[in-house]
Amino acid sequence: MVQVVLWGSLKSATGGATTVEVEAANIRELLSRLGENYPGLKPQLDRGVSVSIDGKIYRDAWFQPIPPGSEVFLLPRLAGG
Amino acid sequence: MSKIRVSTTINGDPVEYLCAAEETLLDVLRDRLGLTGSKEGCGTGDCGACSVTLDGRLVCSCLVLGAEAEGRQVRTVEGIAEGDQLHPLQRKFIEHAALQCGVCTPGFLVASKALLEKNPNPSEHEVRFWLAGNLCRCTGYDKIVRAVMSAAAEMREGR
Amino acid sequence: MPLDNPKGQSFRLVGSRPNRPDGIDKVVGRAKFGADLSAPGMLVGKVLRSPHAHARIRKIDIKKALALAGVKAIVTRDDFKEIEGDLRDVSRNVMARDKALYDGHAVAAVAAVDAATARMALKLIKVDYEILPHVTDVEEAMKPGAPVLHADLFTQGIEPTPKKPSNVAKRHEFGHGDVAKGFAEADVVVERKFKSEAAHQGYIEPHACLASVANDGQGELWVCTQGHYAVRNVCASLLGMDVSKLRVTASEIGGGFGGKTTVFIEPVALALSRKAGKPVKVVMSREEVFRASGPTSSATVWVKIGAKKDGRITAADAVLKYQGGAFPGSPVDMGAMSAFACYDLEHVRAVGWDVVVNRPKQAAYRAPGAPISAFGVESVIDELAQKIGMDPIEVRLKNAAREGTESSYGPTYGSIGLRATIEAAKAHPHYKAPLGPNQGRGVASGFWFNFGGQTCVSLNINIDGTVALAVGTPDIGGSRASMCLMAAEELGIGYDQVRTIVADTSSLGYNDISEGSRVTFSTGMATIQAARDAVKKLCGRAAQMWGISPEAVVWENGHAKPAGANAGDFPPLSLADIAKVAANTGGPIAGHCEVNAEGAGVSFSTHLCDVEIDPETGFTRVTRYTVIQDAGKAIHPSYVEGQYQGGAVQGIGWALNEEYIYGADGKLQNAGFLDYRIPVASDLPMIDTVIVEVPNPGHPYGLRGVGETSIVPPLAAVANAVSAAAKVRMMEIPMSPPKILKAMGAAHRR
Repeated sequence: MVQVVLWGSLKSATGGATTVEVEAANIRELLSRLGENYPGLKPQLDRGVSVSIDGKIYRDAWFQPIPPGSEVFLLPRLAGG
Repeated sequence: MSKIRVSTTINGDPVEYLCAAEETLLDVLRDRLGLTGSKEGCGTGDCGACSVTLDGRLVCSCLVLGAEAEGRQVRTVEGIAEGDQLHPLQRKFIEHAALQCGVCTPGFLVASKALLEKNPNPSEHEVRFWLAGNLCRCTGYDKIVRAVMSAAAEMREGR
Repeated sequence: MPLDNPKGQSFRLVGSRPNRPDGIDKVVGRAKFGADLSAPGMLVGKVLRSPHAHARIRKIDIKKALALAGVKAIVTRDDFKEIEGDLRDVSRNVMARDKALYDGHAVAAVAAVDAATARMALKLIKVDYEILPHVTDVEEAMKPGAPVLHADLFTQGIEPTPKKPSNVAKRHEFGHGDVAKGFAEADVVVERKFKSEAAHQGYIEPHACLASVANDGQGELWVCTQGHYAVRNVCASLLGMDVSKLRVTASEIGGGFGGKTTVFIEPVALALSRKAGKPVKVVMSREEVFRASGPTSSATVWVKIGAKKDGRITAADAVLKYQGGAFPGSPVDMGAMSAFACYDLEHVRAVGWDVVVNRPKQAAYRAPGAPISAFGVESVIDELAQKIGMDPIEVRLKNAAREGTESSYGPTYGSIGLRATIEAAKAHPHYKAPLGPNQGRGVASGFWFNFGGQTCVSLNINIDGTVALAVGTPDIGGSRASMCLMAAEELGIGYDQVRTIVADTSSLGYNDISEGSRVTFSTGMATIQAARDAVKKLCGRAAQMWGISPEAVVWENGHAKPAGANAGDFPPLSLADIAKVAANTGGPIAGHCEVNAEGAGVSFSTHLCDVEIDPETGFTRVTRYTVIQDAGKAIHPSYVEGQYQGGAVQGIGWALNEEYIYGADGKLQNAGFLDYRIPVASDLPMIDTVIVEVPNPGHPYGLRGVGETSIVPPLAAVANAVSAAAKVRMMEIPMSPPKILKAMGAAHRR
């Protein structure tokens, strides 16, 4: 099980929870499960998100493993200039 | 409207061209003569990227008409080096990392050369005010000013 | 790729300051930028732009224009398919569909035999506009009753989703803890509302491209861009082409800073070329660049911070409202995420509102969103320090984020360099230098995420042992020099034996845009990996030549050597030795790396700024400026310093003079460098720099991106300095002379 922290405005899609639990071994499974369990998240997930695992930000890596016990954050898709 | 025939000297070489009355010297250099070293950053004389000298005088070529070059001496960035010998300013700009994107560099080189020909020992203040007509967005001017002062020092020793 | 040697690294070449390899071309005028290429039979393309801030486009009549001698093609919205999904807004920005949404919005384009004919043709195009009421101010656009730009825009991120469309695209929220609880614990609270105007990246080179589409649909595009692969993908989609049919070559780029990470004229040039059957060159005028490329947001920023008497912050709260121009997607989310990123906070919240207005669609500008929120936050920290009676640097030290801090945007920080930059600021002679009359000093810190991304390089060994390195990220800051350094370091050869070029989209695999301070990090990582790959192969060839196992060969100082006495007594083989016989030992030797680079390290910066105000005119000069920033490892220190100085000066300009001024008619009033006043050489002192190096554990050499963080602190550093000198808190930027006089006068009267 992975504990994922969502950024504040996504609370409305999870019934008010900023931290949710899903079964996922990598980022792709994480995003699929989140979309299944919380359909309200799907539009944002489809638009694109970044995932932070233990402080490292991943923008596209589906098969990046999520080690058990890691700190996982869902962030908006980030870009620079 | 028929074109105007112009005879001039560019970087020491005799050149002839035809241009429309409203064409600027910058347009002529870039589009008719293939001398794309001078850049158009604004077209209104505000950025200095098109700097050339006309009879030794520093001008924005976007504010000079192609026809006005008749019988004059034009010097562009392409005429600063002598054969394969870079001018001290060119060498110092590279050594001091005084360019990042490099698009303003031709204008700065022409302007700095004109300064040092007039005043071989400028203070930092004088360099900054002389170059105030050349915009740079990448460097913050620090390394440009250092490069010009360093080139000036080397050129003074050389004399 | 992890840090090679956490205990400490020593380099042979990395960290030195050789001349950049592309320098000569740029000082003799030989380097080719976007507008420097021409083609035989080339046509000139010009764009017709809406003179109205908001108007329905009823009809476009091109008959007369098309009949003009010398006009070869005209395109309008009819030549571009309707696109849904990710590219919908970009396609509508490139060419207006049912509405013109800002003064300058492209409505049609002409390709003709010369510029004069093209301009005449534009005048002959008749557009029937139904002028609509417009709105250009972010808070005005949020009010009920404001003119609505998009009938299908319903605010996301609020419950319940509104049934009526508005100009509010989205609400974001970040943070953790309970700010109400935190404020209740505070001894001192400061709450302020700030306003910042829109700025432009101000690159000296206007957008320019040369497009050539042949009858078989194969296209070539020469363009100044930060991302030619992205340009290829977007243009191919907008024109309904296969990606493989479009070959894009990145010219030298005369500045980008984020403004050249998207497309404006490129799809139009391609469409014109396809229609005319000839190459078409399109170059924006400076006026078009201001009116119709991608400036930043203008914004209001409300910040409230509470602290105990000893300086420890107990709560921090912010509400940001950014307008992103005519389409949704301002960087308010990144502004909100980065706002409090420098601080170790138990209770923190940042709310961001993304709003649309009748202005050009915003594009990225160096750390998008972050400078604006940092302006508010760092100003309030300054005021808080004053109220408590504590040195502003001490307040920052007391609250600075460190390894293990839960960041304000979520993830826990690893090894970071913020504290080191603040300590260095404290110890710097600038901080102790005495100030004169009408002078003031400001401090501010800032943060940027930095990114990795899709990257690949091809490192080819030439027949004489020199190296050809092809990368896919346009060089926007001198990165080719850094790549040469890293490749030469790995291979054990001389710096000038490596030549780095930026390949076109047909010659190398996909590369993400040069943005997000990612190039030295990502392309550098790929270069190091490709070099190590090449070394393995070189060792393999040597092993073959010696008849021993590859495991018995090591690479040292640019030579293959037997691993030990047991492996055999062979004299070392240089790169040149092995390359010379490559044909005989298996063919060309190359190293490759294709990677989605991850592990970018965040970068923190602390700035010190002194200003002097002329009390009679409000004219304000920066008299001293110091940038202290964490680079992880500076590959080429001169170019790292260059990023520090360049970003700081852009921030100084934004803080003191730069702003988009719109009239009541919704038109841009200052679309030129005379009245959009960027800093010039005589405005500034030398910009001192200090490179701090706290290695990034995610990169073999420990490097962190540096390009963007340097623009984050200056707005507040300058504002804090001006506030100190003027003895009144400045809450609006730019702080142009009339605004400073007004603020000083108001304070004086009180």
